[in-house]
Amino acid sequence: MRLFRWYARPSLVNHIEGDLIEDYQQRLKTSGPLKANLGFAKDVLLLFRPGIVRPIFEFNSANNLPMFRSYFKIAWRNLLKNRGYSSINIVGLAAGMTVATLIGLWIADELSFDSYFDNHARIAEVMLDQTDKGIVYTGPTIASPVEEPLRSKFGGDFKAIALCSYANETIVAFGDKKLVMPARWVQADFPEMFTLHMLAGTRQALKDPSTILLSRSVAKALFGDADPMNKMVRADNRHDLTVGGVFEDLPQNTTFANTKMLMPWHNPQNWNFTVTDWDNHSCLLFVQLADHANLEQVSQKIRSLPTPHIKDWKEEITLFAFDRLHLYGSEQLNGEANNAHIQFVWLFGTIGGFVLLLACINFMNLSTARSESRAKEVGIRKTIGSVRGQLVGQFLTESIVVVLAAFVLSLVLTQLTLPFFNTLANKQTTIPWTSPAFWMTALGFALFTGLISGSYPAFYLSAFNPARVLKGAVKTGRLALLPRKVLVVVQFTVSVTLIICTVVVFKQVEFAKSRMAGFSRDGLITVYINTPELNTHFDMIANEAMRTGAIENVARTSQSPAHFGNNNSVEWRGKDPNLVIFFNNVAVTPTFGKTVGWKIKEGRDFHAHTPDSTSVLLNEAAIKVMGFKDPIGETIVFWDKPYTVAGVVHDMITQSPYEPVQPAIFLPDGWMGVILMKLNPALTVQEAIAKLEPVFKKNNPSGPFEFSFVDQAFGHKFASEERIGKLAAFFTILAVFISCLGLFGLASFVAAQRTKEIGIRKVLGASVTNLWQMLSKDFVVLVLISCAISIPLSVWLMGDWLEHYDYRTSITWHVLAGSAFGAFAITLLTVSFQAIRAAVSNPVKSLRSE
Amino acid sequence: MKKYQLGEFEEIVLLTIGVLFNEAYGVSIKNEIQTRLSRTVSMGALHTALVRLEDKGYIKTFDGEATEERMGRPKKYFQITALGKKAMAYSKATRDELWNAIPKVVFKLEPLAGR
Repeated sequence: MRLFRWYARPSLVNHIEGDLIEDYQQRLKTSGPLKANLGFAKDVLLLFRPGIVRPIFEFNSANNLPMFRSYFKIAWRNLLKNRGYSSINIVGLAAGMTVATLIGLWIADELSFDSYFDNHARIAEVMLDQTDKGIVYTGPTIASPVEEPLRSKFGGDFKAIALCSYANETIVAFGDKKLVMPARWVQADFPEMFTLHMLAGTRQALKDPSTILLSRSVAKALFGDADPMNKMVRADNRHDLTVGGVFEDLPQNTTFANTKMLMPWHNPQNWNFTVTDWDNHSCLLFVQLADHANLEQVSQKIRSLPTPHIKDWKEEITLFAFDRLHLYGSEQLNGEANNAHIQFVWLFGTIGGFVLLLACINFMNLSTARSESRAKEVGIRKTIGSVRGQLVGQFLTESIVVVLAAFVLSLVLTQLTLPFFNTLANKQTTIPWTSPAFWMTALGFALFTGLISGSYPAFYLSAFNPARVLKGAVKTGRLALLPRKVLVVVQFTVSVTLIICTVVVFKQVEFAKSRMAGFSRDGLITVYINTPELNTHFDMIANEAMRTGAIENVARTSQSPAHFGNNNSVEWRGKDPNLVIFFNNVAVTPTFGKTVGWKIKEGRDFHAHTPDSTSVLLNEAAIKVMGFKDPIGETIVFWDKPYTVAGVVHDMITQSPYEPVQPAIFLPDGWMGVILMKLNPALTVQEAIAKLEPVFKKNNPSGPFEFSFVDQAFGHKFASEERIGKLAAFFTILAVFISCLGLFGLASFVAAQRTKEIGIRKVLGASVTNLWQMLSKDFVVLVLISCAISIPLSVWLMGDWLEHYDYRTSITWHVLAGSAFGAFAITLLTVSFQAIRAAVSNPVKSLRSE
Repeated sequence: MKKYQLGEFEEIVLLTIGVLFNEAYGVSIKNEIQTRLSRTVSMGALHTALVRLEDKGYIKTFDGEATEERMGRPKKYFQITALGKKAMAYSKATRDELWNAIPKVVFKLEPLAGR
């Protein structure tokens, strides 16, 4: 019987039960108790069928629409009634969602890197493993002779193989139009392998060694609207190429984004093409695996290909999946990548998650705080006949309405902040308005947020017992306040941690920037020698430029002082044969020293007018490595040629500003591809450039006058750290803003709830200061707790980060104290506003209301 | 398209309600069917059919008295509605029509039909 009552539809229970009993009585009379009992049980079991079993959900009225309309109406009215809370809720949530969307877009962009190429999953790059004296260096730059045996011996494993040079700034000229654009020499399979989108011509065009492929932007700049096909262009004023095709510019999030022109590998002007040495590493090699081939297996097969050709160290090649190239980094030292993006993906993903979490916490906090004031409403609704399911629906609808409003607002905000974010993050992302996947994710995410943050009030409130609520018996005790306090602590822990991290990042950048350079970068400009004329006419250019008065000094050098190259072919007396040490080696003309303004510590500078081709200058770091007490006059050997040390210069910071200065050697001979000039400080930069330009135009008619500033080039070394710092600052500001919004809402709520208490206290003689202290104390304690948690946390995190830098700032106590104090001040300000307002209000007003 | 939905068992229940007129409630309908058609009817089958008929609008209910042998549970009486009558009539008419359409010869050949 009880079983029947449990499963049957309420409206049917009574009379069917009556029938069952009557039947039972009859059977009892006719056939005795046993049969009657059995019959009864059988009947009950047979009653268990669709028409009679009650539905799982009580309400299955055919038309739910009016109920939903009511939910929305009530939700809307509630929003309007509590404008303050609603706007705090919506703005806070929208800010959080905006951050999450921006970061989501950024991560999607990073993860989809190179997916523009149709075959990206089957392409691999051939990597080099050099093992020398226990150090394993892995890098992408290989020697071009590797390619031939790959083709002839292992051709079956590859669908396509393409050598490719690094991108070189190349002057391309058509008529009197000249452009300097990055170009690569590539083998004929390259366009097909990377499925370039051809707008004109075919992907096979590079089979002819006298063609060139242009990107759409270059073609447009050179030819305007005219048809570029089969036109002749001149490259670097040295050789002519026929335009064989136009391809669509490669998007920003691809490895070859900076490649604007492709030139055929087999052109005689490609010096890479003539390389036959196995130890001359100069180009990149990409392969497309055959359909049946497995990357690991093929990689093992080809591994020892270059080993027999190299005597001095052990060299191997491996395949590296193209898809992993960007995220996991191509260069590794002892298996540790130094340019991996995946850590940034994790870092920003975490930050985004936290900011959104903060916003959700706000939302929950405010809803639960307000829930107490809605307890009576719940009581009345229940008395009138609402069932629990409907109340849950009501509250969930309300939170979803808020979330959707926030979502719409966040889309607007995202669109507005996207350009700013793109410059910060150096990206070109856009909101994919038309992508269903984007909408599904975003909406799904919004609804999920709404459900999660609305769930607590929904389920907690709807469980109230109406009789007790209406009597006013439901009081939330200390326990109910605990989760809210925990949430506030979490919020502020995250905020304070972010503040400290941001400050430390900026401090590190400042610290490195303020490091003494050892020379002056101001007014130094470089011009790359990219045409034969610049080389042959150098003396003329130098003289004429000096005569204009635009420059103070001019020199030629092999590298810009913004970054020197290095190698390990320096030998000296008493060198440990097992030592692997890299020296910056720079070929300079005698005027170099005066141009950069270096300081001679010992000995002399290069002689300007007498031949001085066997002297070298070293820097302090080099002397330290070599261990010479009196270095002047010592003989050192560079690339098998002996030199005499003529002088020692003070260390100059030209490499990473975070690392100790590397040993450097300045040589009087060698190829010097850079013209370095010191602008006259008496003139403005514009004036000086205006005077220089005609000099270059006259002596170098085939190339445009292109120059770069050394200080700017050097500044790029801070770009990555500055970007992290700026992004972190952006997120921190938002996180603090969101937390404060939440706190503000909570404080105003508490103040409102305690209006009467405050009134009575005032009547009894409490001063405004007393009341302010009383109201602020709770929150201040919470913030202090979060500071106590976040300080060790951030010290640990940032200590880890700073480990990467040899030359690093320290986390001083005043950074921590300052950040904590900042958070504290902001909290106090936020809370005090409400507290003081409550405290100064007239007690008569608040007490009279009943 | 069927104009009136009426299953075989539903039709029997509906007819029985008609037979019992004002005395039709759960147990009486069950007993009536059992005696007249000599087939056993489970309470479950009967009440499912009744719920379904009521949903279709062929019968309506009114609460009756509670007797001692029902331990105070009220009876629920069933009555055929106008729609129910139409459905019955429709059902009968279609059957009659079919009956009439059967050629006489079929009945004569009946002994052979079993083969």
